[in-house]
Amino acid sequence: MKDAFGTPQSLLVLGGTSEIGLATARRLVARRTRTVWLAGRPSPALEKAAAGLRDMGADVKTVAFDALDPESHEESLGKIFTEGDIDMVLLAFGVLGDQARDEDEPLAAVRVAQTNYTGAVSAGLVCARALQSQGHGSLVVLSSVAGERARRSNFIYGSSKAGLDAFAQGLGDALHGTGVHVMVVRPGFVRSKMTAGLEEAPMATTPDAVAAAIETGLRRRSETVWVPGALRLVMSALRHAPRPVFRRLPL
Amino acid sequence: MPADSPADSRTRASAPTSAPTSPAVSVSGWGRTAPTTAMLVRPRTQEEAAAAVRECGERGGIARGLGRAYGDAAQNAGGAVFDMTGLDRIRVIDTTRTSDTGAPAATVVCDAGVSLHHLMEVLLPLGWFVPVTPGTRYVTVGGAIGADIHGKNHHVSGSFSRHVLAMDVLTADGTVRTVGPGDALFDATAGGMGLTGVILSATVQLLPVETSLMAVDTERATDLDDLMARLTATDHRYRYSVAWIDLLARGAAMGRSVLTRGDHAPLDALPERARARRAPLAFRPGQLPAAPSFLPEGLLGKASVGLFNELWYRKAPRSRTGELQKISTFFHPLDGVPHWNRVYGRSGFVQYQFVVGYGKEEALRHIVRRISERGCPSFLAVLKRFGESDPGWLSFPMPGWTLALDIPANLPGLGAFLDELDEEVAAADGRVYLAKDSRLRPEMLAAMYPRLDDFRALRAELDPRGVFRSDLSRRLTL
Repeated sequence: MKDAFGTPQSLLVLGGTSEIGLATARRLVARRTRTVWLAGRPSPALEKAAAGLRDMGADVKTVAFDALDPESHEESLGKIFTEGDIDMVLLAFGVLGDQARDEDEPLAAVRVAQTNYTGAVSAGLVCARALQSQGHGSLVVLSSVAGERARRSNFIYGSSKAGLDAFAQGLGDALHGTGVHVMVVRPGFVRSKMTAGLEEAPMATTPDAVAAAIETGLRRRSETVWVPGALRLVMSALRHAPRPVFRRLPL
Repeated sequence: MPADSPADSRTRASAPTSAPTSPAVSVSGWGRTAPTTAMLVRPRTQEEAAAAVRECGERGGIARGLGRAYGDAAQNAGGAVFDMTGLDRIRVIDTTRTSDTGAPAATVVCDAGVSLHHLMEVLLPLGWFVPVTPGTRYVTVGGAIGADIHGKNHHVSGSFSRHVLAMDVLTADGTVRTVGPGDALFDATAGGMGLTGVILSATVQLLPVETSLMAVDTERATDLDDLMARLTATDHRYRYSVAWIDLLARGAAMGRSVLTRGDHAPLDALPERARARRAPLAFRPGQLPAAPSFLPEGLLGKASVGLFNELWYRKAPRSRTGELQKISTFFHPLDGVPHWNRVYGRSGFVQYQFVVGYGKEEALRHIVRRISERGCPSFLAVLKRFGESDPGWLSFPMPGWTLALDIPANLPGLGAFLDELDEEVAAADGRVYLAKDSRLRPEMLAAMYPRLDDFRALRAELDPRGVFRSDLSRRLTL
């Protein structure tokens, strides 16, 4: 169960090697979380991530999960919930893609969309139903400011996150009053292996900062969290910028 | 009449043994933190209660009274919550008894869903009072036993269940067991947070009173040491004793406080021509309008609470004796404002109450210093001395000092801070109060409650499927 401050005792990370996911898990394990499920494609990286959390004292299990195989989600995720309540599900998987290449290779672009959006729709719904029958729990969805308005430089990734974001908002409304809390997290540019080698955007942040914001959001039962918080204002302005102006902004 | 055939089960919903069931609703404790969703079932008879327990499904059920437990003790995510306020009959009031000392004695037999408020309405005009009342009248008898509540008279009278002569408990197998003090089920149920079964009714001993007024002495203590000295020296002279303590006061004023102590006023204490003389046993608690349902966060910050505390301390007389106060003013000042818990806003508040034994005063001083140095905005901090331990296996009181405070849940870093206080409490062989808890670490429990294993063993025996379950029991693996 979650405590009065929204800190979960059991956590499921979808995208078990995600840096933000693991930073969040570490933060929560340092507080109350004792059981962690890391779901991801079986790999040494996944096992290493599990070992790291075990060293902190958590009971960690890994489970095979592939965002690109939605037909398996019902089974692979469903069995986790049969072993006990999950207080928080962190939907942290996603790929950035390579905009230039993806524009030339439509199938590569589709993979980005399928991972970030389609995979999240099926995994999100499977988990939401399980949480609903528990009568409690948080589903935390890692969206992105890139989904707030599509930019020339990464609109394939951005559009997939826009779809995910809209889906998560709607799911949150659908689950309102069921005891399940859906929180959409919109980080800006996060310094991580996903963005390694990219030119840093203004107001760049870190996985640890995102994790801290998630913990605060859980305490406040927030529905939307921006990281850093000031991005809420910046993106509100950018969203309403006329397209001819937006197009020319150095973003 | 249990229906076994599938044909019968379809008509069960309208059968007289089925209690009204709501669609899934959000349920939270009085602190309004961590709400979860459950099916609310409201049995109106013992048979309906038994049916509700039989039919509660795989996520189990838990009895709930008036929802005054601060944390998650009376919520059950995804399962059933039995709203016991439908079982609210006072069955027998027996005033013919005499106590061991020959003094008049009385008992009341009532359903578990009867509130202490209702008991006072009925019993006070007859010259009887409940043996123990907490800071609110709006708790049920079942809840009072389940949390084994204590009041300002613990140092004299012990906890509520000390005055319970017998009770009926509906256990997981659907049978009703009548138990008394000394029975394992009785002692596990007193303070057992509803996890041993559903309390259906109880026989409670009453206290004779001549008036419905309290004779109250008030004095101020300038700091914590002064307070502890005054309490130690004079507590035994009063049936009721409590100190309000200003936890925002720092430095030399740390622990400054207002002591209020008193007893039920005898008839001849009322002035000759006072109006109260005409109806000395009248019970008329006043009530203000309820707090609005949506209040912004942060009303109770350090500045506002600091100001309140300053005024509250200054307002109290340095010393005043024999003041006559209404029962509601003396015991239940907050009941005058329905839904006062809303002033903490949407994210609610946590109540922290712990006890450390006599001889561990240094731990108490250290904790008070830490709270005051951190500046927790608590405007309702209360210190009192407990008397003898009570027999309940998970009963909270033990001989020592108990401090209770409430703090807005949105105070950053509060969780980690309270975890540190838990460590100090446990190191001093103390414990925190489960009826108020919403955040304790499960690992701390065994150190704080030495009879936890007995409690678990009895539950495993009487309820192997885990029918009785709550968010509290899941969180702490009770």
